[in-house]
Amino acid sequence: MSQILVRFLIGGMVVSAFAILADMLKPKSFAGLFGAAPSVALATPGSHRRQRRSPVCRARGALHDSGSHRIFCVRLPGESIMTRYRLKSVLVALCSIPLWAGMAFAVWTVCLN
Amino acid sequence: MQIKVDASAIRQTSFYEYSIRFLFGRLMTAAAGLTAKEYGPGIGGLFLTFPAIFPASATLIEKHETQKKENEGLAGEDRGRKAVAVEAVGSALGSIGLLAFALLVWKFLPGHGPWTVLAAATLAWLRVSVVLWEVRKFT
Repeated sequence: MSQILVRFLIGGMVVSAFAILADMLKPKSFAGLFGAAPSVALATPGSHRRQRRSPVCRARGALHDSGSHRIFCVRLPGESIMTRYRLKSVLVALCSIPLWAGMAFAVWTVCLN
Repeated sequence: MQIKVDASAIRQTSFYEYSIRFLFGRLMTAAAGLTAKEYGPGIGGLFLTFPAIFPASATLIEKHETQKKENEGLAGEDRGRKAVAVEAVGSALGSIGLLAFALLVWKFLPGHGPWTVLAAATLAWLRVSVVLWEVRKFT
């Protein structure tokens, strides 16, 4: 339970730090790199000490998750859909998350399960 | 196109907007931990690359860019959408960098200290992402 609370605090700080860094950087295409920073992964090193094998499994999960499907399911469709159909970013971002999750589970099922 | 750091941009974001990002980051990190605990590290690993920063940033950029144009008496909606689209391209490149991050952690974490591996993997993510951004800039 305490581990979850620590993550709750550290996760907020790491995500906010990368977001602030992205705010300050120009041009915006460069700042966008920090929108895909490994923020959640960096906020979980505490658990790595306790469970020796699990981080490797997690990294494998992350590896299968971080590849092209994420790019093609979240970023690039978001970019083209927003400009082509003039949709609000909040709508496109929210609809992209289930797409990301679906693809992540599909790739995980095929490659790891 | 030169890379610049503009600290004044921080003041454009309100305390409320920072709080939303902070809370979102907290929730996603805790959710990743709970998922790993409940369903195992394989499934938990999927959530380590959850797009936690981009969705919140995208909505803020759209709002700020739209407001900026409207303050000048112009219709700013198109400008806001285009700014988010430009940032999305950067995030797509950063996602490729994440592949390098996960590869390094996967291969080196079993035999090395977690902090060393995570630091090296973060540098690898940054390096790969920046190189891809540079390549895209010249193509």
